This record gives sequence, C-alpha cells and structure tokens, in this order.
Amino acid sequence: MTKLDAKIPEGSLAEKWTKYRSSVPLVNPANKRSLEIVIVGSGLAGASAAASLAELGYKVKVFCFQDSPRRAHSIAAQGGINAAKNYQNDGDSIYRLFYDTIKGGDYRSREANVHRLAEVSGSIIDQCVAQGVPFAREYGGLLSNRSFGGTQVQRTFYAAGQTGQQLLLGAYSSLQRQVGMGNVKMYTRHEMLDVVTIDGKARGIIARDSVTGALERHFGHAVLLCTGGYGNVFYLSTNAMGSNVTAAWKAHKKGAFIANPCYTQIHPTCIPVSGDHQSKLTLMSESLRNDGRIWVPKKENDTRKANEIPEEERDYYLERRYPAFGNLVPRDIASRAAKERCDAGFGVGASKMAVYLDYAAAIIRYGQGEANKHNMQNPSYEEIQAMGKAVVKEKYGNLFDMYKQITGEDPYEVPMRIYPAVHYTMGGLWVDYNLMTTVPGLYALGEANFSDHGANRLGASALMQGLADGYFVIPYTIGAYLASEIRTPAMSTDSAPFVAAEKEVRERLETLMNIKGNKPVDYFHKRLGKIMWDECGMARSEKGLKASIKEIQALQKEFWSDVKIPGEIDNLNPELEKAGRVADFLELGELMCIDALDRNESCGGHFRTEYQTEDGEALRDDKNYAYVAAWEYEKQSTFKLHKEELKYENIKIAQRSYK
Amino acid sequence: MAWLAKSLNSSLGKKLIMAITGLFLISFLLVHCGLNATIFLNDGGAAFNEGAEFMAHNPIIRTMEIVLFGGLLLHIFDGLRLWLANKKKRPVAYAVVDGAANSKWYSRSMGLLGTLLLIFLIVHLRHFWYFSRLTNDLTETHTLYNEMQIVFQSPIVVLIYVLGCISLGYHLLHGFQSAFQTMGWNHPKYTPTIKTIGAIYSIIIAALFAAMPIAFYFNLIQ
Amino acid sequence: MEGNLNLTLKIWRQKNARVAGKFETYQVSGISTDMSFLEMIDVLNNRLIEEGDDPVAFDHDCREGICGMCSMYINGRPHGPNRGVTTCQLHMRSFKDGQTITVEPWRSSAFPVIKDLVVNRSAFDRIIAAGGFVSVNTGNAQDANSLPIPKENADQAFAAAACIGCGACVAACKNASAMLFTSAKISQLALLPQGQVEAGKRAEAMVAQMDEEGFGACSNTGACEAECPKGISLENIARMNREYFSSTFSSK
Ligand SMILES: Cc1cc2nc3c(=O)[nH]c(=O)nc-3n(C[C@H](O)[C@H](O)[C@H](O)COP(=O)(O)OP(=O)(O)OC[C@H]3O[C@@H](n4cnc5c(N)ncnc54)[C@H](O)[C@@H]3O)c2cc1C
Ligand code: HEM
Ligand code: SF4
Ligand code: FES
Repeated sequence: MTKLDAKIPEGSLAEKWTKYRSSVPLVNPANKRSLEIVIVGSGLAGASAAASLAELGYKVKVFCFQDSPRRAHSIAAQGGINAAKNYQNDGDSIYRLFYDTIKGGDYRSREANVHRLAEVSGSIIDQCVAQGVPFAREYGGLLSNRSFGGTQVQRTFYAAGQTGQQLLLGAYSSLQRQVGMGNVKMYTRHEMLDVVTIDGKARGIIARDSVTGALERHFGHAVLLCTGGYGNVFYLSTNAMGSNVTAAWKAHKKGAFIANPCYTQIHPTCIPVSGDHQSKLTLMSESLRNDGRIWVPKKENDTRKANEIPEEERDYYLERRYPAFGNLVPRDIASRAAKERCDAGFGVGASKMAVYLDYAAAIIRYGQGEANKHNMQNPSYEEIQAMGKAVVKEKYGNLFDMYKQITGEDPYEVPMRIYPAVHYTMGGLWVDYNLMTTVPGLYALGEANFSDHGANRLGASALMQGLADGYFVIPYTIGAYLASEIRTPAMSTDSAPFVAAEKEVRERLETLMNIKGNKPVDYFHKRLGKIMWDECGMARSEKGLKASIKEIQALQKEFWSDVKIPGEIDNLNPELEKAGRVADFLELGELMCIDALDRNESCGGHFRTEYQTEDGEALRDDKNYAYVAAWEYEKQSTFKLHKEELKYENIKIAQRSYK
Repeated sequence: MAWLAKSLNSSLGKKLIMAITGLFLISFLLVHCGLNATIFLNDGGAAFNEGAEFMAHNPIIRTMEIVLFGGLLLHIFDGLRLWLANKKKRPVAYAVVDGAANSKWYSRSMGLLGTLLLIFLIVHLRHFWYFSRLTNDLTETHTLYNEMQIVFQSPIVVLIYVLGCISLGYHLLHGFQSAFQTMGWNHPKYTPTIKTIGAIYSIIIAALFAAMPIAFYFNLIQ
Repeated sequence: MEGNLNLTLKIWRQKNARVAGKFETYQVSGISTDMSFLEMIDVLNNRLIEEGDDPVAFDHDCREGICGMCSMYINGRPHGPNRGVTTCQLHMRSFKDGQTITVEPWRSSAFPVIKDLVVNRSAFDRIIAAGGFVSVNTGNAQDANSLPIPKENADQAFAAAACIGCGACVAACKNASAMLFTSAKISQLALLPQGQVEAGKRAEAMVAQMDEEGFGACSNTGACEAECPKGISLENIARMNREYFSSTFSSK
C-alpha cells in the first residue's frame, strides 16, 4: 500500500489548504518560462488550468479532439454551479457546502479535498464574473441563486439553462487570450493516444492529428489530463458523442491507478429512448421535478393514453414511497424507483421503458394562483389553463420546447415521458491532494479524476470542481513537482521512449485498420452498452456482474477479430477514432464490473441488489468498504486493488434517509 | 490620417461610406422629388421652372451639386467594390439556395438593383442634366418642363424610367433602414418606426417619380 | 412512431481539401420520423460501411444543440428547414416521404472543406483570440457582488453570449460574413462593466482579424439572424458598428 499516499497536509481541516498553499514550493518566473506543460482537454478543467498556468508564465500546449476548445462537453451543463457565498443570508457556509457534498457522496469521498473545494468555491464565481460570464441577476443588479437537490440553502449560480456553456466560454476566452499572446499553443482536432514516460515520470504524449492522420510527439515537463468523463461506456448517455476514456485508459496502462470506476450517476429525468436508431440521450433539467408529478398507471401493461387514465388509477409512486421528499428525492433514488416500476411492467410509452412527468396539476395550480392574483371571480377552465400554461412557459419554456423538438409531443397537453440515463462518472484516475496520479508528473483534473464526489455527485458540483481544479488548485500544487524539475531541460522527442510510444500507437492503429471484419464499430459499442446498462447500471448483482465480465471478455475478442473500419489511416477517419475509443471502453467496462463486484455494499450510484434494506433502500457497509478502490493495471483483464482508507475526522457518518 | 484610411477600408468602414453616401442621396431625392412633383400642380410647369431656375443659379445649390456627384460616385464605386469583394467570399457556390426562407430578395440584390439604377441614371442625366447644364438649348421658350414633355413621348423612355423607379424603390426599401443599421442606429424602440418610414419613403418616392413620365405620356398634365 | 420515410439524399463528397468534390446520390428507406437528422445519416453510414464504402464525414458532438459542432447545409439552408434549431436537433418528422434532400458543407473561403461535410472553422477561434475576452488573470477578481449590473444589461449580454459558434450565420449570408458571430462577443462584453474598459480596443482588434480571415462585409439582409439557431439579434451588429467607429474615430 506504499504507493497510495494521498499527501494530505497536516493540520486542522479548515487550515490545511491555506497553510499548504503558503508553503508549497514556488517556481520563479524565469524558470517558469522554460517549463513546458502539456494539457489534454479544453473543458472547464483544461481551459481554466491552461489559462491560469500560461498567465503564470509556463509554456503550455493544449489538445482537444473537437474543432475548437469551446466545444468540450462542459458546454452542455445546464443547471448551475454551487458556491458557498452565502449571498442569500440563508446560513450557507464553507462548512455546510463541505458537509452537503460529503453526505451527498454517501460518505465515500476524501474530507480534505472536499473542504478545499468548498473553500475555493467563492473565488470561482468572482473569477467568472470578472471574465464577463453573464450569470442571472436580480432587479437590484446582484447575482441570483436557485436551490438544487440535496441541499437546504440557495447556493447555485446559473445562467438560464446554459450555465456550463457560459462558464466554458469564460474559460475559453481566457484561454484564447493566452493563445493570442503566444503563451499557449492550441492543437484542435488532435486526439491523445498515449502518455510517454521516461524514467518513471510523465514526459509527454503521442497525439494523432485527426485531419492528416499524422502521429505527433509532444514533450512536457508535466502532463495534465482534463479529458472528462467516461459515461459513454454505456453507449447511450447524456455525454457528447466523442466523450471517451482513451486518455485516462492509456495513462492507466502506463501506471496510473483508476479509482472507484463503478460509481456512475444515473440521472432520473432524461428523454427516453425512442428506438434502435438512438445515438444519445438528452437530459431534462432536474429543476422540472420541482413542479412536475411523476406517475405510472396502477394497472400493469396499461395501453390507454395518459389523458384517458383517471386520477384514481394513477400511481404517484415517489410521493407514495417517500412522503417527506416526494418528487424531490435525490437522483439515485428517483432513478431506481423509476426502473423498479418499469421492470415490474408498469412503464408507459411504446417501449414501456418510461414514466410520466406530469404538469397538468401544476398548470391548474398556477392558473388558479394567477386568477386569485387578478381578482377573477369564477374563472373558466380555459382561462385557468391558459394562465397556468403561461406561468409554466415562463419557468420552463426552453425545456418544454426541447422536449417537443425531440419527441414531437406537446408537453403542455400530454405528460412528458422520462426515463433515467447515464449522466456522470464519479470514478476516474486516482489523484493525491496535489491532483497528481500515481505516475509522477501526470495529473488529472475535472471529471477525469476520481474527484471529490464520492459515490454520488450533487447537482451543480461538477462545474465547481472542474473550475476549482483548474483555476485555484493546480496553479499552486503543480509547484510541488515542478520546483524540482527546473534543472530538467526540455527533452528531445527523438529519444527512445517517444519513438517506442509512437511505434506502439501506430501499430495499434494499423492492427485496427487491418482487421477488416464485418461489423461497424457501433455494433460493438451498442452491445457493450447493453451489457453495462443491464448489469452494471442502476442495479447490480454478483451473478450479473460475473456473467458480464465473461461476456465483455468475449466481446473484446470478437471486436479485435471482426470490426470493420473503412477509409484510410492518413485521412480524417471518424470510424477509426471511434474504434480506438470503443476498444478502450471494452477494457474499462470489464474493470467497472470488477470494481462493482468487489464492493459488497450499496452506496450512492452503486446499488447492489444483495445489499438493500427491507424497503429497497441502499445498504452501506462502512466497516468494510469505507475506502477508495484504486485499481492498478497489471495485464489484459488483470487488475490489482489498492485501498485508500477514508478517515472521517470532522463528520459523523450517518445513514441517508428521505422518507 | 492612416487611422481614417484603415477604419474606412475595413469591412465596416466600406459599409459606413455606403450608408453615409446613401443617406445623403436619400435626402437629395427628397428635394429632387419634391421639386419635380410641382408638375402635378398642372400649372404648365410654372412652379417647376421657377424652382429649376433657382436651382441652376443658386451658388450653394451648385456647390452641393458637385458634392452630390462626388457622393454618388463614391457610393457607386464603393458599392461595386463591395459587391465584387463579397462575391469572392464564397468561391464554391451552393447547389441549392433557399434564400427566400431567410431574407428578402431585394436585400440580396442591392448590387444588381444599384447597377440597374446606374444605367437608368446615365440615361436620365443624359436627358436632363446634359440638356440643362451642358448645352445652350435651355431657353425661355424651351424650358426643362418642355424638355420633359418631349422626352416622355417615347414609350421606351417611359418604360426605362418606370423600371428605373421600381429599381430605386426596392433599392431604398432595403437601403433606407439598412443605412441606419450600418450607422449603428438600431434600437428596439425606434427601429420599427425607422423601417416603416423607410418603406413609406421608398414607395412614395418611387411612385411619384414613376408617375411623372407616365403622366406626361398619357397627357394627364399639360 | 408515425411511420417511415423513403428518401433520396444528395450529399457533397470530397476526400480532402486538396481534391475536388462532387455530389453523390443515396437512397435510404425505412427512416423513422423519430430519428434526428444525424441519426438518419448514421443509418446511411453504417450501411456504407457494411457495403465497403467510406461513410460520410460530418462534424457533431453534443447532439443537443449546444456545442455548435454540427453544421450541415440542408436543402438550401444552414441547419435545415426549421428555425431556431441546429442540425442535430432537426428531426425527420420535418421531412416528407419521397423527398430529395441536398446536403452541403458550409461554404465560405474562410471555412475550407476538410472532408465531405466537415469544414475548418478555426477562423472563429482566432477572432476570439484577437480580443474576445476580458483581460483579467486568475486571482485578480474582486467580489462578484461588488459590481451590480442592471438585470436588463445582464439579460442582453446573456442573449448575445448564447452564440454557439456554429457558423450558420456565415453559411447563410450571401457574403459569407461573420458579423453576427463577431458582434455577439463584442456586444456581450461591451454590455457589461467588466468588458467596457476594453470595449473599443476589442472591437477594433476583432474586426481586423475578421477581415483578415476573409469573411465578407455585411449587407444587412438579416439572413444570419433568421438562420441562427440561438436567435442572436442584428442589434449586436449595430452595436459592434457603434463600438468600432466610436473607437477608431475617438482614440488618440
Ligand atoms: C448534459 C449534462 C448536463 C450537466 N449539467 C451539470 C450542471 O448543471 N452542473 C454541474 O455542476 N455539472 C453538470 N454536468 C457535469 C459537468 O458538465 C461535467 O462533469 C464537467 O463539465 C466536465 O468537465 P471537464 O473539463 O472535466 O471535461 P469535458 O468538458 O468533458 O472536457 C473534456 C476535454 O477533453 C478532451 N479530450 C478527451 N479525450 C481526449 C483525447 N483522447 N485527446 C485529446 N483530447 C481529449 C475533449 O476534447 C475536451 O476538450 C452536466 C453534464 C452533462 C453531460
Ligand atoms: C439615387 C440613388 C441611390 C440611392 C438613394 C442609394 C441609396 C442607398 C442606401 C441608403 C444604401 C444602404 C447603405 C447601407 O446598407 O448601409 C445603398 C446601398 C447600396 N447601393 Fe445605393 N443608392 C443609390 C444608387 C446606387 C447606385 C447607382 C449604385 C450602383 C452600383 C448603388 C449600389 C449600392 C449597393 C451595392 C449597395 C449595397 C451595399 C451593401 O450592402 O453591401 N446604389 N444605397
Ligand atoms: S451567431 Fe448564431 S449562427 Fe452565428 S455562430 Fe453564433 S450561434 Fe451560430
Ligand atoms: S452536435 Fe452539438 S450542436 Fe449539434
């Protein structure tokens, strides 16, 4: 266990970061100019880190696979970003944000990291406002807040339903400023395909220029992976089509441990699958659960239209099971409850894999409210409907439009059909307090690391974490490593390790091209996704996981003998890119099942059917499983478990209850 | 002055020149049209000739005439330059273009409408400006009004004028409000009014000008 | 679930930037009206792969209308026949059985074709790099609420900031002009006190870069505004003009 040193500073929780920050070694400005940093990823984590490090004087190279850094998937985040500003005077504090995050994560995250996250959260908002991020404001001109699941205070800052977009564009503008000044060299349409290590330290990457297919070697004194989440291992998820695990997986094979890979967040309100052609799933903001009521018919296999089912034949199952929180239970609980109803045969829609999210009651409630406000005596049903719809439109108009766009159904008239979908991965590369992986000089930031969210992430906390890592953590903690690298001159990329790494990448690409089998990449990806969704999704069991591991191994073999990749290796070739990613997902999927099998408990996003209470709630085992499971790659299909014990010195562990 | 050249040579600057000269031409047209409309008083051209006489001899007006020509030439030169430059920005054309789905045809055809206008203007200037300023044919008994009566006997000429006025109408229907936008004057409170005034202006000016040759041709005025 | 479509697709195929391209015609059948336009292309592509042909290359990522990557010129209009949506949000129920659909890449000298329907839009990044930012280093910021901003301005700035950088404005414009894109950023920052400080300099630098990239001038046709999936307003172009000229004419 010697390898797993989280390097958490000494001292009391509240002082750790401040003290550490002032004692971490510094690199003087002249030396910074000769230190090169490679950053893979231009999402919130990557862009903020790149801009901040370049501002400090480091020479930075940034890579992303999209055609512009502004298109990283952070752009798609809707709801908001948390910060312990206490602008609402409702009792928020750094400690409360810290506490909510640990509790929301079902007591499976590291205290010191989470506290630091809460400490820097306020500065993130300051920084973003200074960049010109147009957050929502009140009439007095000050910032507006909304509340989000799992908390009792209003600490979420937002920009309509496009918070991620606005935050990313803010970070992107800072990044482009540095590009313009020549401090950052940007490589778009480049995919990182390997980490290069020299004498045990990360010293650069091999990247493929997607347009020409050329392989390139890039040196860096340190390498930062900010490559996002791997939810696409499930094929269908709310992630972008290109989101992948490739960068993290290559690092894993070069010695970086992957922690808690099985912790997956399944979001309860997504637009359901409409057919085999489905390529991705669209999230409907969590905020819809504030006013909508979720139900299924009481009768099994009811084929009537929603509006034809009378009130007394509807089962408002969340309100029934969780009277205290009702439709507002946390994500993991709402998702499992929907799955339970559908599996039992009460699902709705053509596929029977959906539940209703109904606004009819809210429309009437708001309509009557409006009527009262305007002193209308005996308003007609039509008047109430019209006024109610107007209120709902103002609050949720863009979401309703999006739903209609995708499904062709008008949610003002018929209830929306929703179903849970894979949304976020809490697991990722294991990092210490400095955000360094188990490979010296190799860092992981943002969703790519195993993060501060434990077994379940609270809404609006991923954006906070990505920006905290990039703006306010790495600029300090990287000094701890680079201060001792100032005597290392930039290395030639003609050295043996670079040549060897490039050769390996080339051979792998050639092997893929030469399989010339019969099935397109998507065929394998869909099959992997189905195995993962069925057996490593919302509910997992020993039997299912064991079977899946075998199935995935067989699928890996089939993939490597039967995949068909058209086109050329030295041209833009999206199928070749996809194939490389799916090959890595096939290995990751196996590890996820292994991890899920190892964790004989239920916690947060990980629900093992064998470990539940009598009424079907998650049953944690703090005695045996209060650890981070960090997996080391040994060889194909063989991974070694290392445990990082989680110590709670400031928080009392308790059972979550929402009844 | 390098800054001015740089500013006016930018894509924005070239448009600024269009807008300023365009607005200037618009104000000229108002005067021109107002004066010419006196023919509809049906006084045998008395008021019109008096006005034309004033215009021909007032030193301020004569100076303005030079400015006007300068402005027109600048507008034409800059317009053609923009038209050609803009064409080059899409070297490979689309196979299918559904322009009507997103814009008015005349807004996309300012170059064409302008060129039609130019052709018309040459004819027009040859008819009247040449007659009144460069020949000695203008006399007490052969007034500009008489010249109009003569010129507009030809149906071809009348047709050219009517087409010219239609081009002018459409050019202005877009150009009027467009100039305001180019100048940076776009405001949710005022822009709708500007657009309405622009439309009224374009239609009235074009219709009045077109009515003149028609009226002469059909002997509606004496 | 309303039934299936049979369609004729005419798609621009071009191997790379160096060779000439041409249209190819494909028939697709059994297309569900629930599919998105890109999913319909996925179906075609998987068939092409199985038949041993090169699939159609096209840009896409988020498939929910926010990353700005998808970019198809469909039947004469960027992002197809519906207003206010990106190509990835366009669904097949907007088409009729038996229809012929022509799909082309964005066409502009500043957006050279890379392959098939994929074009190079890095000119946009360079325009932003020229000045589309507030010069504030990490850590320089004051408390977020120390700077009250009228809600109206914040809302307007947000509306301009909603641009996804897709380039549909350029594709729609007869002059391939990038005014709507450029002005959206200039406006967003000019409307906020944080950005006001550099507003003039920013406008000058971004316009200069825009011209250098080879985009056309503006004829105020309004095609960009009509086709912009995010409803970016022409008011922004007017504001850009104001910022630009007040800066060039007044700076010392
Ligand atoms: C639909 C949706 C809504 C969400 N809403 C919220 C919300 O309201 N609040 C909240 O807090 N969180 C939300 N999240 C989560 C949050 O958006 C993400 O966790 C976060 O943005 C991830 O940021 P990142 O910088 O780590 O990665 P990303 O933004 O995903 O960036 C990854 C980057 O890595 C690059 N990359 C990846 N692999 C490679 C490679 N091999 N080579 C080169 N480059 C590579 C990509 O090009 C990209 O630039 C949401 C997520 C989704 C999907
Ligand atoms: C009396 C005559 C004319 C008047 C009143 C007039 C007026 C205008 C106005 C107001 C504009 C709009 C400017 C803007 O959008 O900012 C305009 C644009 C234009 N004019 Fe004219 N114009 C006249 C004659 C001509 C002629 C003779 C040409 C010759 C070629 C011409 C070519 C153009 C072109 C090409 C544009 C569009 C420029 C662009 O948007 O890119 N115009 N005109
Ligand atoms: S202004 Fe509109 S059309 Fe142009 S890039 Fe932005 S979002 Fe796309
Ligand atoms: S794929 Fe992201 S906007 Fe269409």
